[in-house]
Amino acid sequence: MDLVLLPDASTDAERAAVDGVVGAPAQPRRDLLLPALHAVMDAVGWISRGALSYVCDRLHVPPAEAYGVATFYALFSVTPRAPRTAHVCDDVGCAAFGGEDLCAAMEERLGPAGSGDEVTWTRSPCLGLCERAPAVFLQLATPPSEREGSPDATRALESSPHDDAHGPGGHAQIAPATADAVVRALHGDDVPGPDPVVSTPQAGAPDLELLSRVGVVDPGDLDSYRAAGGYAGLRRALAVGPARVVDEITVASLTGRGGAAFPTGTKWAAVAGSPEPEKYLVCNADESEPGTFKDRVLMEADPFALVEAMTVAGIAVGARTGYLYVRGEYPAAERALVRAVDEARRHGFLGDDVMGSGRTFDVELRRGAGAYICGEETALMNSLEGRRGEPRAKPPFPTVAGLFGKPTVINNVETLVNVLRIVAEGGPAFASVGSGRSTGTKLFCLSGVVARPGVYEVPMGTTLRELLELAGGVPPDLRAILLGGAAGSFVTPDQLDVPLTLEGTREIGATLGSGVVLCFDSSTDFAAVLRRIAGFFRDESCGQCVPCRVGTVRQEEALARIVRGREIGGRTVELQLLRDVDRVMTDASICGLGQTAASAVRSALALGLVGGSS
Amino acid sequence: MTVVDLGTIRRLVSVTVDDVEHRVPEGATIMDVLDDAGADTPRLCQAPNLTPVNACRVCVVEVEGSRPLVPSCARKVEDGMVVRTDTERVAHSRKMVLELLASANDLSEAGDDVARWQIEYGADPERYGPPGPPAAAGERGNRHPGHHGLPDGETRATVAQPVTVDNDLYVRDYARCILCYKCVEACGTDAQNTFAIAVAGRGFDATISTEFAVPLPDSACVYCGNCIGVCPTGALKSVAEHERREAGTWDPEGETVTSTICSFCGVGCTLELHVQDNTIVNVTSPHDHAVTHGHLCIKGRFGFQHVQNVAPPGEH
Amino acid sequence: MFGAGGGTSAYSEVEDTDLVLLWGSNARETHPIYFHHVLTGLRRGAAMYVVDPRRTSTARWARGHLPLDVGTDIALAHGMGRAILDAGLENRAFIERATTGFDEYVRAVEPWTLEKTAEVTGVDAGLVRETALAYACADRAQLCWTLGITEHHNAVDNVRALIDLALLTGHVGRWGSGLVPLRGQNNVQGGGDMGAIPNRLPGGYDVTDDTHRARFDAAWGSSIPAARGLHLSQMFEAMERRELRAVYVVGENPAESEADVAHARALLSGLDHLVVQDIFRTATAELADVVLPSCADWCEYEGTVTSSERRVQRVRKAIEPPGLARPDTEILCDLARRLGHDWGTPSPEEVWDELRSLSLDWHAGMSYARLEAEGGLQWPCPSLDHPGTPTMHTRLWERDPARRGKPAPFAPVVHAGPLDELSAEFPLRLTTVRRLDSYNSGVQTGGYTSPLRRDEALCLDASDGRALGVHDGERVRVVSRRGAVEAPVRFDDAARPGLAFITPHFSEQVDVNLITNEAWDPQSGTSEFKATAIRIEKLAVGARVPVAGA
Repeated sequence: MDLVLLPDASTDAERAAVDGVVGAPAQPRRDLLLPALHAVMDAVGWISRGALSYVCDRLHVPPAEAYGVATFYALFSVTPRAPRTAHVCDDVGCAAFGGEDLCAAMEERLGPAGSGDEVTWTRSPCLGLCERAPAVFLQLATPPSEREGSPDATRALESSPHDDAHGPGGHAQIAPATADAVVRALHGDDVPGPDPVVSTPQAGAPDLELLSRVGVVDPGDLDSYRAAGGYAGLRRALAVGPARVVDEITVASLTGRGGAAFPTGTKWAAVAGSPEPEKYLVCNADESEPGTFKDRVLMEADPFALVEAMTVAGIAVGARTGYLYVRGEYPAAERALVRAVDEARRHGFLGDDVMGSGRTFDVELRRGAGAYICGEETALMNSLEGRRGEPRAKPPFPTVAGLFGKPTVINNVETLVNVLRIVAEGGPAFASVGSGRSTGTKLFCLSGVVARPGVYEVPMGTTLRELLELAGGVPPDLRAILLGGAAGSFVTPDQLDVPLTLEGTREIGATLGSGVVLCFDSSTDFAAVLRRIAGFFRDESCGQCVPCRVGTVRQEEALARIVRGREIGGRTVELQLLRDVDRVMTDASICGLGQTAASAVRSALALGLVGGSS
Repeated sequence: MTVVDLGTIRRLVSVTVDDVEHRVPEGATIMDVLDDAGADTPRLCQAPNLTPVNACRVCVVEVEGSRPLVPSCARKVEDGMVVRTDTERVAHSRKMVLELLASANDLSEAGDDVARWQIEYGADPERYGPPGPPAAAGERGNRHPGHHGLPDGETRATVAQPVTVDNDLYVRDYARCILCYKCVEACGTDAQNTFAIAVAGRGFDATISTEFAVPLPDSACVYCGNCIGVCPTGALKSVAEHERREAGTWDPEGETVTSTICSFCGVGCTLELHVQDNTIVNVTSPHDHAVTHGHLCIKGRFGFQHVQNVAPPGEH
Repeated sequence: MFGAGGGTSAYSEVEDTDLVLLWGSNARETHPIYFHHVLTGLRRGAAMYVVDPRRTSTARWARGHLPLDVGTDIALAHGMGRAILDAGLENRAFIERATTGFDEYVRAVEPWTLEKTAEVTGVDAGLVRETALAYACADRAQLCWTLGITEHHNAVDNVRALIDLALLTGHVGRWGSGLVPLRGQNNVQGGGDMGAIPNRLPGGYDVTDDTHRARFDAAWGSSIPAARGLHLSQMFEAMERRELRAVYVVGENPAESEADVAHARALLSGLDHLVVQDIFRTATAELADVVLPSCADWCEYEGTVTSSERRVQRVRKAIEPPGLARPDTEILCDLARRLGHDWGTPSPEEVWDELRSLSLDWHAGMSYARLEAEGGLQWPCPSLDHPGTPTMHTRLWERDPARRGKPAPFAPVVHAGPLDELSAEFPLRLTTVRRLDSYNSGVQTGGYTSPLRRDEALCLDASDGRALGVHDGERVRVVSRRGAVEAPVRFDDAARPGLAFITPHFSEQVDVNLITNEAWDPQSGTSEFKATAIRIEKLAVGARVPVAGA
């Protein structure tokens, strides 16, 4: 194509970063756009005109479109920014639990958000570290020349998994964070890595399935994984063949654990049965629903399980490549997965002869760049293809026309890890746990005012009260629980006996969502919580459709007026306005983001959590 | 061996709209059915010569079996599909889309249809409070995605901003831009394939932009004006129209439109000459013409000036 | 083609083809809306190869770009023909059923091995072969060309060499397979169809065809000479011989657009009588004894034009013409009256209906009402119930010989390089090109302000510039065997070493036709605008260099 590029020159460092991703000859690989932009960010901390032009030249992407992509993602900056940036979570899981205090302390230490030439800080939506609030994600650019033993994967193999929270590009997480620790890290101090046992209070308990290896196996060691029964599932899957595997998943009645709860077997069967020769598997590891951190824990602590599960799934549906899209704010998880994929490949568990079966399957890992919307399956596919993470119209559904227009199975991390147990024990055994559409065990993310926050695994049908008991009991003075995430809804202490199933939560007008159980006591400033949720959806709306793009803004404004007692035409009128905005977002938005953007606000208003009862 | 074009063989499918059954060719959209039936379905981002992006959501209808409403412009009919357009839900969403847009955008040049729909559906943009102050030139294009300042709700946020005039042929008045994506599509794969503009930024702060928001003359723009041709709200218009509007001499009532053929090159593009006061003020092309599909090049759209650079008597 | 002067395919066929071969055409800039159709084809999976000396914006969309040396098109076509034959990929069934002269063609291309083709054309042998085989193997292929083929001293031979490729592979006469000459001007096709070429009557009948000429004689009440007339280049030769002493120019600007324009201006100035009928006071009008101001037909009067896909479409009056300007037909009828022939005052539709009554095969079925209702019609359209003809020559695929009709002849042509040869004295090749926002001599497009427009410059490859010791932007003297002009230099990556280019759009800045070669094709009369041998001289500092021809 006849590209027209800006005349600005790129620097050596920018070109070296891009070349490291694209390779020697220029190639029309739009799908490498995000990796190339990440490489520039990781090397120099922002994307200059010259760098963007160079990326466009190498990948044959029109610069206006590349700019549209670069400005879509919060982790990219197209203006000069300090190369070392701390993203401080001020979202619902952190704000009242040290997040706002930390923001104030950061401002005191480093000045207003965004200021500073070498180091800076900025506010962030939920970072998925809610069990250890307050959380910080460190985006630390390092020129490739200054990185020890690049490429990253090599370095990852050489270092011990537990002493290093740095991911590719030198990014890191701190939680719980103090201003001191953050500032020290910004100036180059090492950051202690996460301890999965802290995040999984049940670790080591005998009746666990999904979490059985967390804290038990060494996430950096394939042998340790195999000693704990790893790769038995794939062996069995290869032995019984793809058709049988798909059947077992269907019989198991496994439903998606990302929030939408779609039957997994239906997706798999559709793609497996498609005559199209090229198919894809995608693992949605872009966990970013506020309050959710279960997938992060699985990936950090048991990465081989996900790689194995993807291999089972890929071979079952006839995909030769599986894309693993990891949230950009999860450097430790990414590091663990890079290592696991590499190890699996070296030992013949991935590649063109998986476990000697003659079957081909491999995993490509891609990093998100700060966009909640990319957790939506079609937005994620656009992101993988190097486009703005805007959801697509459905139909066609991904099983018909997904990634690169080909039939695609896309599953969440937790969903996939369930596959191993189903393959090992059979679908009926899995289905015997729980009931109806809600089978197997389920991970829940407990945070807020609970005694022992963390990820908990319980059989479907466990009541909310039983779950809270596991975490140290029903919190005293409990006022409300945000169930299912920002896209979920609030429930109250009188609803604690709801069985945690798809059906049970629906009966009380709630949802399991992504398994968020965020507890608030009566000291909570619910006005602030609600405004944060409304602000979150306004920030994260992709802007494609009118109901969500404008509706999230109007919802936030109306809420501000109500909270501040500045209603236009009185409270009833404002509530009607909110109801109207809610309805159009729910009815007419393109995707689930807009369709659920009013859900938590609606339930909080109904429960009278702000401004008295309606 | 196919010697002549066979076209595509399409079977007929049955679809019920508001209890009336229609037999339509497979591949038709719900909107096609509604149009054939004479329904007045509002639309903003839809154009017959562009791929549907179903972004505006003003054409939504109810389809049995679908919880959310469905954009009629993009959804293809299926055999046995049951569609309702006469429900309160449909009317509510259409009203709200029109109202939300009017609360954020200047729709005063969006045409008679939009003005009529605003009234028919009862859009009331003023209930969101008074409009906030307009953004400074270029400011909206520089917002980082994600975190923003907490609003107090005293005023409603809008996309108001100054008009961008950076070349001699057309202006960009983004206070009117409803992000319908049509210009991006016309500049991109649906016609021109120049990709000079794209959507940049995110959410309410998203804009139509060149790379780094550089002026059009620094971008890949080739001034085909196909973006103007598809813009539904007057956000993109010729300098000639802009200047006449500013001067108060714009006269749409006195305008005549005459079809002819472009005088440049041998392709034979149909032009529609929009004439006010014996002066060509705009050039368009009909979307249903097999040669142009409504799209032109810089010469066809702007090269007419030579017939009206007439020196006043006495000068030469 | 095969007796009918028009392309064989509808534009939309390029959307349904598997291979696009654009030869000497920068359609992205010169036929932008046709290129939209090409892009649709590419998006649907077609491959494209572009033959062009320059790396044009069109070539940047191609799978393969064949940067041939200017004027070596026949060598390249023959090299491809031989490569196809060597691979056994010729379409035997089509050749046997629908063509004549195949054996002669085989002999004509026999010398053109890949090695020799590469040596003569400068195109990599592997790429020649790849393109040839891609063209031959494609189920459907479109071969399109423009002035890069026709602005040569052997324009018609160039076209024939391309037609031969289509016959060799059977890529003609089927939906998606055909030959598309993209016309440079908006009514070149229509002008020729109406008889404004020296050897044709309206409707494409040969003037030597007694039967058809008799019909025209009867209708017009006069006797049309059976001999071919003069084409433009022959007219200038006749002026040179002082046989042609009075010239009536309608809508042409030869004082600016002719190659070796200084010579042309001298001849026009020396005429006994020059009449110019135009919408502008052009450079030619400045030389005229009488100037007849006319309307811009496309917006100030009514009529028809015919496009490159043989589509006849209506032009209409949208604005009043300025001053004393009058429609061409009115001027002509007035002139006839003064010369003693009362042609009346026919309306545009009456003029058209007269044509329909005579152009029985092509236009008879095209009433104004149908042109209006159907958005134009493609000839042949012999009757009111005929739908028009998007794809021509489908008859060649008929099994029944009677329906198949006259076979299409191969026309074995011989490669002959540019007449303006490169030499030690004139080592650089200059070719003229066109830009997206401008049109020919710039008379019309000079009327609007284009943000794309830059000052005229001689575009060079940077390496040539360095070898000559000139820098980007430096003014130089460009010398050919006919004259010299001054121009600034611009380094442009569409050029390549040894190849310079410039446009004819801005003669007021650089009067390039002072140095182009007037050598013309004996069959079409087109001049060799595409191939001028030049050298570049640095300007002496401070010296004012007289410009030859001025």
